[in-house]
Amino acid sequence: MLSITGVHTFYGSIEALRGVDLEVKAGDIVSLIGANGAGKSTLLMTVCGKPRAARGRIVFDGEDITAKPTHEIIASGIAQSPEGRRIFPRMSVLENLQIGATTADSAYFDRDLERVYDLFPILKERSNQRGGTLSGGEQQMLAIGRALMSRPRLLLLDEPSLGLAPKVVQQIFKTIKEINEEQGVTVFLVEQNAYHALKLAHRAYVMVTGRISLSGTGSDLLANPEVRAAYLEGGH
Amino acid sequence: MAETAAKGLDPVAILKEAGLAAFVALMLAVPLAGLETVSAPGGLTINTRWDWVAIAVGSVFVGRLLLILWREQGRRRSGPRLDLDIGENLRTAMPVLAAAGIAFAVVLPFLPFADRRVLDIGILVMTYIMLGWGLNIVVGLAGLLDLGYVAFYAVGAYSYALLAIHFDLSFWVCLPLAGALAALFGYLLGFPVLRLRGDYLAIVTLGFGEIIRIILINWYDLTRGPDGISGIPRPTFFGLDFARSPPPDGHTFHTFFGLDFSPLHRIIFLYYLILVLALITNAFTLRIRRLPVGRAWEALREDEIACRSLGINPRNTKLTAFTLGAMFAGFAGSFFATRQGFISPESFTFIESAIIVAIVVLGGMGSQIGVVVATLVLIAGPELIRELQEFRMLAFGGLMVMIMIWRPRGLLAFRDPTVRLHPAPRRRLGFGRRKPAGSGAP
Repeated sequence: MLSITGVHTFYGSIEALRGVDLEVKAGDIVSLIGANGAGKSTLLMTVCGKPRAARGRIVFDGEDITAKPTHEIIASGIAQSPEGRRIFPRMSVLENLQIGATTADSAYFDRDLERVYDLFPILKERSNQRGGTLSGGEQQMLAIGRALMSRPRLLLLDEPSLGLAPKVVQQIFKTIKEINEEQGVTVFLVEQNAYHALKLAHRAYVMVTGRISLSGTGSDLLANPEVRAAYLEGGH
Repeated sequence: MAETAAKGLDPVAILKEAGLAAFVALMLAVPLAGLETVSAPGGLTINTRWDWVAIAVGSVFVGRLLLILWREQGRRRSGPRLDLDIGENLRTAMPVLAAAGIAFAVVLPFLPFADRRVLDIGILVMTYIMLGWGLNIVVGLAGLLDLGYVAFYAVGAYSYALLAIHFDLSFWVCLPLAGALAALFGYLLGFPVLRLRGDYLAIVTLGFGEIIRIILINWYDLTRGPDGISGIPRPTFFGLDFARSPPPDGHTFHTFFGLDFSPLHRIIFLYYLILVLALITNAFTLRIRRLPVGRAWEALREDEIACRSLGINPRNTKLTAFTLGAMFAGFAGSFFATRQGFISPESFTFIESAIIVAIVVLGGMGSQIGVVVATLVLIAGPELIRELQEFRMLAFGGLMVMIMIWRPRGLLAFRDPTVRLHPAPRRRLGFGRRKPAGSGAP
């Protein structure tokens, strides 16, 4: 569904991605783990066209999206829940979800809204409240729900567990699984929380300083001694 | 308890603070109030008014003391204030307030005190309200700080004046044309500069405002430069003039309706004209806020990166806001031209832009009623307190300071969501009685 080949991305003269190859198959949950500053978020953002890949190719559903503007990439069926959630704090929960549906056909709006409220019942309760008054976990749910409102086939999640309590993290990951299994949305997940991300993943990649250093099924990597030493032991 | 209270109200510190304020007041009051120039037989002489200085210094000292006490009181009573549900009372009062305001504006010309002066102030205030509402789209909703808004006002005014004089078109034909021309200018300027943000955008728009003014001064053949354009046709009431004597084969407004001639007729007509134009601007903004493009403006103001990740095209979205804002300035500009009958570049200086921005910011960015209140404070206020004569600006400044102290985020700094789920009952969040997940569907 999404194939990334030989992608290099620069911030000025700093090379953040040094030739990344990665494949996301339709229907899968794919996790990308790695340390701070490895370039995980940069890869997600490069898929969305900001910053743009200096070299390499990004193909989504057979279409080369490497040089497309961001709004067209999103309109073609990719949605992103950005790092740090970035909900609209002064707008209500319902308005946040409406903005998420900007690129979607408005005929589906009511159905999609019901779907998001089913996934996250708390959002329905809070729908008239301002986004900024939600707790961190609720904001993350809102960010995911907002991304789902655009009816994506591929959902990009950037660190959904960032800054959340363990119990809430578990709930979020459970919902991600639900989105994937019950709604058939392909998920590409970038995480520092390696344990959860690998447990969930059909396929997983490890990124070190702008390159993919390891790949395999989620359970393979979870059992891999190198991965355990670097990302799991002590951390979990 | 008594200890902490004493700590909060250390008398020496308070006296020091009040004394400092009084000292500043003294420095200002000596030249401003203490010295007065009087014409004497041998030229100007200086009169001293030390009693005035004493009053000024004394009142600042006492005022500062009261302010400190009030502040301490507030600090002890409530901790940090959360604005979770700010304006819940205001929200319900708002429609009533708005309706009352509109009703008052509609009947104003027929109220007993509505003489020429009141109506003139009314027209002035309405013009600024309309400009404020127009700029509110750009600054308040889309969050683009535009310091050259007056340029589009000027484009509208000159468009109307030139079209009406050279092509003999009526006001009603010129109005949309002027709006379209101003919108075109907005589009042309917005296209290259809207990639800039914040301060940089502000500087470029400021420059643009000045460029337009300088072009108007120097392009003598078209605009008659600093001489301005005079003899701009007045608007007609569906073809009826407001002149005293009717043309040989027709009617004027007063003969047609069988009224006695009164110069007030035209003023009242102009008043209603700008009232309708302003209300159209308001209705347009209220409507578009509920549409995807309006929501996108507000989202863009909040977080541009998030918007991009949701597939909103920031440049096009900003461009629509900028263009539409410019269009309303164009409408207001053509009204200005027809009301004055004379325009010159003098009317479109930077201070006008600054006043309009001040109206939007003071009202509370994005608040429509805030714009009205701020206009009343900023425009009608100085007009109404003319009796204070030389202290007019002092009172005005004092008012500004008070607003900064009590409402630092604008007079009506809260935002009403454009949609609500289950509008009628506002259920309390009863934790015990929360429905189980998924039971919402019947």
